[in-house]
Amino acid sequence: MFSRDRWQEIFETIRKNRLRTFLSGFTVALGIFIFIVLFGFGNGLKNSFKQFFLDDATNTLWISPGMTSKPYRGFKANRRIEFENSDLIDIKDNFKFFLEDITPRINRSARVRYRGESDNYSTRAVAPAHQQIEKTLIMKGRFINQDDLLNKTKNIVIGRLVAKDLFDKKNPIGKYLEIGSSAFKVIGVFQDQSGDREERLIYMPYTTQQLIEKNNDKIDRIIVSFRPELGYASALTFERQLRLFLKKKKSIDPRDTNGIRIRNVADQIKQNQQFASVLQLIVAFVGIGTLIAGIIGISNIMVFVVKERTKELGVRKALGATPKSVITMVLQESIFITVLSGITGMIGGIALLSNIGDRLEEFFIIDPYIDNFTAVVATILLILFGAIAGYIPAKRAASIKPIVALRDE
Amino acid sequence: MISIKNLHKSYSMGDSSLHVLKGIDLNIKEGELVAIMGSSGSGKSTLLNILGMLDTADEGEYVLDNVLIEGLTETTAANYRNKFLGFIFQSFNLINYKNALENVSLPLYYQGLGRKIRQRKALEYLEKVGLKDWATHLPSELSGGQKQRVAIARAMASQPKVLLADEPTGALDSKTSNDVMSLIQQINKEGKTILVVTHELDIAHMCKRIVTLKDGVIVEDQKVDQVIVECHV
Repeated sequence: MFSRDRWQEIFETIRKNRLRTFLSGFTVALGIFIFIVLFGFGNGLKNSFKQFFLDDATNTLWISPGMTSKPYRGFKANRRIEFENSDLIDIKDNFKFFLEDITPRINRSARVRYRGESDNYSTRAVAPAHQQIEKTLIMKGRFINQDDLLNKTKNIVIGRLVAKDLFDKKNPIGKYLEIGSSAFKVIGVFQDQSGDREERLIYMPYTTQQLIEKNNDKIDRIIVSFRPELGYASALTFERQLRLFLKKKKSIDPRDTNGIRIRNVADQIKQNQQFASVLQLIVAFVGIGTLIAGIIGISNIMVFVVKERTKELGVRKALGATPKSVITMVLQESIFITVLSGITGMIGGIALLSNIGDRLEEFFIIDPYIDNFTAVVATILLILFGAIAGYIPAKRAASIKPIVALRDE
Repeated sequence: MISIKNLHKSYSMGDSSLHVLKGIDLNIKEGELVAIMGSSGSGKSTLLNILGMLDTADEGEYVLDNVLIEGLTETTAANYRNKFLGFIFQSFNLINYKNALENVSLPLYYQGLGRKIRQRKALEYLEKVGLKDWATHLPSELSGGQKQRVAIARAMASQPKVLLADEPTGALDSKTSNDVMSLIQQINKEGKTILVVTHELDIAHMCKRIVTLKDGVIVEDQKVDQVIVECHV
């Protein structure tokens, strides 16, 4: 294997049979290159998919009030349902087993002024738990806390882009913004991976919003998170019980599907994950297909190469080459070429992938990549099958009588 | 040097089998130059292939240089071929992507000699056949006669006990044939045992002994007065 003489003989053969070397090398390099690029693109698709769907917390139920569609207990149909603060307390008290956190959300939009700058922004009046549920990341300062709720403080947390619009590069913490007709103190700046829209929001305590609106106790919607260790089945139970509880409390016909709407993120996540695994399956299928095509390609070329060399191998045998030396020569040559070109193709593919980054974002391919393990295993697989594909015809060529090989024209 | 007794060989052709050699007895002493004659289908090439261990006999005894050749594996056959035998083929059988020097040094490679020694020896034998200046030429750049001389140099390089030539002049014109035969005679003069298979009478008469085969048996075995040919190269 490591005899210098034998390698010299092999290099000579490779050098003097350029077309053959190029063909088999190119097949392997191309096979592994395409495999890596396709596999990487698949991963890029999965990345954009994750960005779209898997950003928020997964253990949440979004509860929104609606209009009843059926009359019930003296109430007419088409009654608008509203949530209020007592609903928060009731859910907390009745679902201790399932509940992790709860927050209301009141959406408004308002004219916001700071010195000369002014613009329209959406505001969200929430409780502290909202930070976990929306996965809001604090860049500076802090989020709304329990004190803000109790004291109905005029503290706000602004999105990264709000800060950029109104304060440019100055530090917004401690500055006062005019929202509507009241002044609010900026206590934090946040960012959110869900995108620009989320980062143009302003968070404030929901109690403050209610105070401004004539001290009412109305809530737009309720978001609850359940303990994630409960699992998917319990989440569904929780959702069903919560729905029944709220319908009873709000006097809605249990068969009425419109009075209360609950969006179970867990359910959606499960669907999304199924979609993601289908995507993964397609990627794997395409990858394996490419790899098999590559293997067939290299096998064909190996058969052709050995066939072409039958007479030469016969001459070598007549001159004293043993079958073993014939096989090792053919194999060593093919393995040498496939290893070299396989690694070239692998590096080329990885280099291409790492250069793409987010350039193909419009095709929903973000940061395509391939893990080293898959890349190396695929390369080794192709080399291995190339060797097997070379071994079979080489063994046959080595075992036919030299006189038969010599007669081969 | 070579002793065969009662050699049989048949080839199966589908259902029927073709009995090519029907009991051959032959003794060849060291230093002989033997022509094996016969029309096509007489079994002369088959005999040569068996002698060259390129093919195996069905029956009979074959002793080469006091070694009984039987039950050979491919590997031992390859080693014997490398050590005892040199081949010259009608179609030269040079490796087309190797130059003359590399072709000649190939059997030395299989003898396990070092690169430097191989090249030195190969060059020496190329010189012997008058092609030293053509060492770096590919077979495609050589004439038929030159190719055959490279092939003879290659056969000689491993210093075999016996040279086996299968129609060495079959693909050459008569002038080049004479050159090649003159070279063979010269090598024989130096003491090498050589077997030449041919169907041409004049080529056979350039040898010292003619064994004639017909339908798989030896019909004639006679010593002849050798016609010495001049080398024109």
